[in-house]
Amino acid sequence: MVEQQVISRETGIEDTQYRWGFELDIKSDVSPRGLNEDIVRLISAKKREPEWMLEWRLKAYRHWLKLDSQGPQWANVEFQPIDYQDMIYYAAPSSQSDGPKSLDEVDPEILEGFNKLGIPLEEQKKLTGVAVDAVLDSVSVATTYQEMLKKAGVIFCSMSEAVQNHPDLVRKYIGSVVPYSDNFYATLNSAVFSDGSFCYVPPGVRCPIELMTYFRINELDTGQFERTLIIADEGSYVSYLEGCTAPMRKSHQLHAAVVELVALDGAEIKYSTLQNWYPGDKDGRGGVYNFVTKRGKAQGRGSKISWTQVETGSAITWKYPSVILQGDDSVGEFYSVALVNNRQQADTGTKMVHIGKNTRSTIIAKGISAGRGNNTYRGQVKMMPTAGGARNFTQCDSLLIGDECGAHTIPYIEVRNPTAQLEHEATTSKVSDDQLFYLQQRGLSLEESNYMIINGFCRGIFKELPFEFAAEASQLMRVSLEGTVG
Amino acid sequence: MLLEIRDLHVSVGETDILKGLNLTVNPGEVHAIMGPNGSGKSTLANVIAGRPEFTVVRGEVSYQGRDLMALLPEERAREGVFMAFQYPAELAGVRTWQFLKASVDAVRKHRGMKELSIREFDRLLDEKRRMVRIDADMVKRSVNEGYSGGEKKRNEVLQMAMLDPTLAVLDETDSGLDIDALRIVADGVNSFRSPSKAIVMVTHYQRILGYVSPDRVHVLLDGRIVRSGGRELALELEEKGYDWVRAEAA
Ligand SMILES: Nc1ncnc2c1ncn2[C@@H]1O[C@H](COP(=O)(O)OP(=O)(O)OP(=O)(O)O)[C@@H](O)[C@H]1O
Ligand SMILES: [Mg+2]
Repeated sequence: MVEQQVISRETGIEDTQYRWGFELDIKSDVSPRGLNEDIVRLISAKKREPEWMLEWRLKAYRHWLKLDSQGPQWANVEFQPIDYQDMIYYAAPSSQSDGPKSLDEVDPEILEGFNKLGIPLEEQKKLTGVAVDAVLDSVSVATTYQEMLKKAGVIFCSMSEAVQNHPDLVRKYIGSVVPYSDNFYATLNSAVFSDGSFCYVPPGVRCPIELMTYFRINELDTGQFERTLIIADEGSYVSYLEGCTAPMRKSHQLHAAVVELVALDGAEIKYSTLQNWYPGDKDGRGGVYNFVTKRGKAQGRGSKISWTQVETGSAITWKYPSVILQGDDSVGEFYSVALVNNRQQADTGTKMVHIGKNTRSTIIAKGISAGRGNNTYRGQVKMMPTAGGARNFTQCDSLLIGDECGAHTIPYIEVRNPTAQLEHEATTSKVSDDQLFYLQQRGLSLEESNYMIINGFCRGIFKELPFEFAAEASQLMRVSLEGTVG
Repeated sequence: MLLEIRDLHVSVGETDILKGLNLTVNPGEVHAIMGPNGSGKSTLANVIAGRPEFTVVRGEVSYQGRDLMALLPEERAREGVFMAFQYPAELAGVRTWQFLKASVDAVRKHRGMKELSIREFDRLLDEKRRMVRIDADMVKRSVNEGYSGGEKKRNEVLQMAMLDPTLAVLDETDSGLDIDALRIVADGVNSFRSPSKAIVMVTHYQRILGYVSPDRVHVLLDGRIVRSGGRELALELEEKGYDWVRAEAA
């Protein structure tokens, strides 16, 4: 069993709350600061990409130039304008600049770094039951369990490898769910995306183990622009998890990822995230800007896409994992816990777009606000004229800790089919003194009592996580709230 | 002496609630506290358990010879002070099983006992919940959420049995119970009785005292214990109400 070791607390940093904040001492190959066509070409060349890939990147870059350089303004978050010319768009450990190698060739310093993060990659130590693709800054450094996956016919590799080895699949599906022109950050990602994971599960195959990508930003002033593409062919099933951390830096770091999921007839994709990017210090200095576009297309009849996210990190989170319910009888789910503390801001939620008949979606979003954090749930449910008999159930619950934090719920509903049905429930609560005293009277400390209530609040979401990660998630909540409760 | 309360004055905000209360409880004893609504019975129970809203303005409470007021609520619990709540809180999403395990672990750890394995814990829980007729499915549900009034009370007795306290303060644990449940709760309390433990029962009804025979019955009126006696006092109160006590106390 993988017990609480996926993102370990034991990183050797004692005097701070964020225990993943150490820096790896490795030599990196970094691009010059700033963004222009040459940088896009350089990234593409580094990855020895085919011409079509470069063309696609350039199209995106040229489109991006036409957009408002401040990005979308509608989110309920505040931050200083980002200087896109002062950022580094490509950084790779020098030893890895040729892309992933066999494990024996991976720099020991890197392996040690991932060990410290609780993600051992070496054969003897690797996590049981989880295949891991480890991404450091802009490149994937290793992927475990290759043999077992190969036997099952599952392709799980870095995006760079996929472009080389499975160009037809990549070309067919990349941008098919999140087009390069989708939004400011997705467009930027399309131009400069570095690495990420690629997964293809063939028809009728149930992926034998959990797949996981672990993202780590290490280099200073580097943006991370990974791109993930998962395709579940007819009647297949895959469960995928991503985890992420970054060192503590005084300056902000941009993370603008794109994730695309495609589920064909009868296929199911379960996508879980433990987002633990560096949240910044108490006064809001430093921290990752997590501006991410995640979308799944439940394309086939009876297909299912399920997003589960536990968002505890980042200075700002801006993300709306969505499902386009295109196939008849397809199902979309969104289960989320977003926690903000200190000066963290989160504007997160989902979009469920019902196109097929009898499509069903469920949204359960839990927001926890502590310190001076600001939490916004923003969710859209759209029932298209074709979506006869479609159903949505939405439940948004907010839990407030202290009285300087904020919680907001902003639902958008658009129903264009009279037979579609929607249900919406929302609650806001505080941890009550009665509850705390009840637990203390049974021998638990005030802090323990708070965690127990908060964990209870999240239970409906944690139970959606793969078993191994549920304990990790509750551990993460605890660490994120340390010193705030009790 | 297990518990000794001397000249206890307690207020909440500007309001004085307890106004010079005295009570002595020895090991092995069962004390019943009766009194009209609003007289301060729950306040007394909460002060013993350490509820922070209440301010002890004057007086002393000692437990096993130590100053009880100096301890945090959780420390009191670990030291063997248990309170069954008049209105037990609901804990959404927290399974009763998990809650009980955490409390039992916390209390045992403090007492220098080793943590129970899941199997040992389950065995203990099965035994105790059978005693109060709580079925296995119920302990998988969220604590008190959607429990009926009577189920909540039985759940309080279950917790008492699991935590094995030295002093149990039961605040109207017999209220709202059907005839069978009253017996079940009474049996639970009786099986808990021992020469080293003591029980303080707040109740409005003499009925429970027929099952759990008290050593002393006290009348709490306007923040003070104004009369004490044996079981017959409860019967007298049932017959005549509180007015005569009030008249005599004035
Ligand atoms: N938190 C509080 N704030 C203000 N007044 C309070 C508070 N708690 C208790 N009181 C008041 O103190 C008095 C005693 O309350 P308490 O709950 O102890 O009564 P009781 O004897 O248990 O009554 P009952 O038989 O109805 O349970 C009441 O008048 C009540 O309104
Ligand atoms: Mg009361």
